[in-house]
Formats: sequence, structure tokens, C-alpha cells
Amino acid sequence: MADTIVLPNTIQKPPERSGFNRFYRKHRNLIVGLLFISPWIVGFVAFLLYPILYTLQISFTRYSGFGEPVPVGFENYQHMLNDSVFWIAVGNTAFYLALAVPIGVVVAMVLALAMNQPVREVSIYRAILYLPSILPLFALSFVYLALLHPSRGIFNQFLINLGLPNINWLGDPQYSKIALVMLAQFGAGQAALIFLAALKGIPPSFHEAAMLDGASAWRRFWGITLPLMTPVILYDLILGLSLGIQIFTQVFIIFGSDPPGSPANSTMMYVVYLYLNGFRYSQMGYAAALALVLFVVTLILAMLVFRWSRGWVHYEGA
Amino acid sequence: MAKAIPAASAAREAPVTNWWLHPVRVLNQSVVPRLILIVMCAVFILPLFWMVSVALKPTAELSLYPPTFWPQQLRWENFSDAINVFPFWQYLRNTSIITGLTVLGAVISNPIIAYGFSRIDWPGRDKVFFVVLATVFIPYPVLIIALFDIFARLGWINTFWPLTVPLFFGNPFWIFLLRQFFMQISQEVSDAARIDGASELRILFQIIMPQALPALAVVALFAALHAWNDFLGPLLYLQDATMYTLAVGLTFFQSASQYDIQFNLLMAASLLVVAPVITLFLIFQRAFVEGISFGGSK
Repeated sequence: MADTIVLPNTIQKPPERSGFNRFYRKHRNLIVGLLFISPWIVGFVAFLLYPILYTLQISFTRYSGFGEPVPVGFENYQHMLNDSVFWIAVGNTAFYLALAVPIGVVVAMVLALAMNQPVREVSIYRAILYLPSILPLFALSFVYLALLHPSRGIFNQFLINLGLPNINWLGDPQYSKIALVMLAQFGAGQAALIFLAALKGIPPSFHEAAMLDGASAWRRFWGITLPLMTPVILYDLILGLSLGIQIFTQVFIIFGSDPPGSPANSTMMYVVYLYLNGFRYSQMGYAAALALVLFVVTLILAMLVFRWSRGWVHYEGA
Repeated sequence: MAKAIPAASAAREAPVTNWWLHPVRVLNQSVVPRLILIVMCAVFILPLFWMVSVALKPTAELSLYPPTFWPQQLRWENFSDAINVFPFWQYLRNTSIITGLTVLGAVISNPIIAYGFSRIDWPGRDKVFFVVLATVFIPYPVLIIALFDIFARLGWINTFWPLTVPLFFGNPFWIFLLRQFFMQISQEVSDAARIDGASELRILFQIIMPQALPALAVVALFAALHAWNDFLGPLLYLQDATMYTLAVGLTFFQSASQYDIQFNLLMAASLLVVAPVITLFLIFQRAFVEGISFGGSK
């Protein structure tokens, strides 16, 4: 009676007690894997996905933070177009990004190249250069107030000794953004360490071969070092943009004397304006619209940089 | 060993055929880099130096023009005065609680998540991991309006929960760091344990974690820094002055005008806030440097 075709199957797989057991056995890895990453899934939905969707919802309302949001359609977005401070904030943030991020890459590259040379006491330099990266930004900002103070700060004394004019960095709208760009460079130590690790990863044989062909150090930098560094430069560029676009703490502390963004809105950055609308002017709806625009702009910016990078990032094996 | 490196790399360079090329090489390899590094180090240490210098000056010395580089007179009482300007001990306590919970959350959640992304092979894993990495680029301020409203509805404003609970659900940077580390650990021992019937959680805690302690220490360090250095979070969610952290507490020193701040007291207070960070850095310098360099080597 025994069915010879079915028999081997029944021997290999004893009958399952329930559907779930069969399901579990078949998809064990998927289930266990998802269970392990489930904290991330919960966090992703609760603290990222849902807030973004909720932001979208609030952005179509007038909402003071108390009571119920009143739907107003696209009013907040329309208001943005006519809001002169909004455009000032966009311009200031773009100016800041356009200077602080590329200069940061160059400063970090110079530091990394210098640290990659056979300098025996390099660990001391490395420590000093990296230290400001882990110091709290709020503390650096407070010191910056003391450093750049027109009469009490030491920074202008250096400038005067070099024969340069005494600049009111924090009070002159012409220089206030430059002061923020300079402050950002104190974080270059972190990128320099990442660049240095990438430099150390370049096989010495590449340089040796080029040297045998008589390539100068200058040519080797442009022909070998830089192309091999492009993946980390891209990483630093994107991260720098994403962090730079969030600039807030420095402005709030250094230029925070009411109203923040002083002097004359010259340091009114995008997130500062978002904060003011949401938490000082009780314009949560408008602030939500600003937040959503920030989200979209960051995505577009990252996508543009990625697309642009295809022309210059060198991937090994490609 | 340290001495051998310059010699070896000098030998690696093109053979010396013209003696006069040698000084050029010395100049390029050790004089110019040193000069750059020393000048840059002088710039990078300046904020810390000025913090210490101003923190020790008596108030009268602050108004001297030009300002004195070194304090002419050391006034150590600035520190005790600074502590009395704002509720320093209360804020130290608040900051410590938030930092402790942050480290706890990071050290519990990230290894579990990283394990799911590295030691278990499930379909679609790498695609989901790509989403984890992509979230790095979303600026936090995008979320603050919605998060504030959500936390307000939960009654979490003026509690430490908005600053600590999210840390129990993983952070993309730290998941990435631990995942890279976990992937380097040999598969054999965990396979053997699996055959012996050990659960995945047991494999994580008894086999993987002991081998990943250095990486876990790096995560703990960065988590502590993240909490200690945060300004925007406490500013948003802690509005009652008794709940402030040190970061927000320092704004007590700001007056209506940025020009008449009591700089010596502000710098003394800042120095007290920064001191634990510098201490941590000096103790765990290698861990910091390796944790950062990790991103560069992929």
C-alpha cells in the first residue's frame, strides 16, 4: 500500500504540529533576523517615519501648539514665497554651506597629508587637532564669543600684530557669516582622521611604481592619492552638507542675543528660523512646512551630489 | 620602531643619485609637514587655551586693552563663583542621568540590531541595512516640530524621556560600527554553538559580545559624548529651569548684550563642563581615534 513516491518525503519531514511551526522552520532566518532588528524598526517608524508624515500633516494647518490644528491648505507654503526672512535664511545657509564644506575638505586634506608624512611626534599633533571635534559645540561657541570679542578677545590682537584691521567679527553683518565658516573649521580634525585612515590604505606599491616612472610628488598626489581618496571625500562632503544645513547651536549662542540671527539677520540660518517659528512665534504649521522643505532640499542635495560624484569618484575595481 | 619608519620610507623613495636632492626631501618630508602641523595645532588649541586663560583672570584684568595673553594674576575663586551663578550641581545631576541612560540605551540596543544585520543571513537584509545608512543624512531639525508635538501629547516635555528613550532603538552610526566589527568575528564558534542548541541571543551575549568589547566601548564613549554635548535637544524638551542640562544652563551667563558677559565666570563654568570630555579623551584617545578612522577604512 505504501506510496513509494511520498514515502521519502514523510521520512525527511515529520508531520508538522501546526502551520506556524512549518512557517517558522521555512523562514527561521527571516523571523529571527527581523526580531533582532525590531528595535530599529520600531524606532524608525516611531521617531522618523511617523514624525515626517505628521510634519507633512501639520504643514497644511495653522497650529499654535495648543488646541487643534486648523486646516489651511497650501497657505504655509504660499507664505514662504513672500516671506523675505525665509529667503534671507535660505541665502545665508547656502552661503555658509558653499564656503564651510569645501574649505573643510581642503583643511582636512592638508592636515591628513601632513600627518601622513614620517613625522615622529605625529600622535601629539593628532590628539591636538582632533580634540576640538569632540568638545561640545556649545562650549566652543562660548569661547568663540570670548576669542572674537572686539576689545577683549585675543584673535583680533593677532590680526593687528599682522598689520590687519581690527574686525568686528560678531557685530558686522559683513563678517558674521565668515566667523561661522571659520568656527566650522575647528571640526576638521575629525575628517582629517578619516582621510588619514584612507591615505594609509593606499598600497605603497602604487607610489613606488609612479616614482620609478619619474612622477613628481605633485603629480602623484593628483594622479594616485586624490583619485583613491574620492570615496571618503564624497562621504565627508555629504555628511558635511547634511550637518552644515542644520547649523543652529553656534548661531543661537554666538548671535543669540534677541533676536537670534543678529546682526541684521546676517546669521539667520534656516534651522534657526524654523526654531523661532515653531517655538517662539507659535507658528507650528509654518515651522512644519519649513521642516518639510528642509527634508526635501536635503534629499535633493544628497541626490545631486551622488549623481555629480559619478563623474569623479573612483571605485576600486570599477 | 618609531625610528625605523622614517628610515624605511626614505629608503623606499627613489635612490639617492644626487646628494643635493636629499635636503629637498628632508624639507618636504619632515620640515614642511611639521611646520603645517605646528601652526595648525597652535590654532586648534587656541580656544581651549583662551578658555583657561580667561577663566583664571580677575574681573579687573578682563577690561585691560590690549587683553593679556597669560593671566597676570590667577583667580581660582572664579570657579566657585561660577558654580554659584547657576544651579551647577543640579544641572550636573540632570546631565549625568541623561548621559547614563543614553549610554545604557546605546549599549543594549545597538549590538542586538547589529547582530541582526551581520550574523543572521535573511533575505532582504542588505537592502534594509541600506535604509539604516540612508537615515544618517536626514537632519534632526526636520523632525523637531512633529517630535515636540508628539512628546507634548505624551506628557514627556520637561522629562528626560525625549532625550533618552529614542537611544534605546539604535543609532545608524553605531549599528554600522558594530556590524562591521561583528562581521570580522569567525563564524565557526557560533555555528558550533548553534548545533549545540544555543539560542541566537545567547550566542550574541556569550560569544560575540566578549570579542566585541573594544567596539562596544567606542559606542559607549560616543554615546556619552552625544548626550553630554547635546544642546538643541535639551533646549527643546527641557523648558523648566530645574530640568536644564549643563549645556543649556550655561546660557544663564548670557546677558541681553553679547558684549557685557562676565567672561571669566562663563569660561570657568565652561571649563568645568568640558573637563570630563577632555579627561575621557585623554584616557581613551586610542579608542576615539580608531572609532573615527573606522569610517575611513570602510
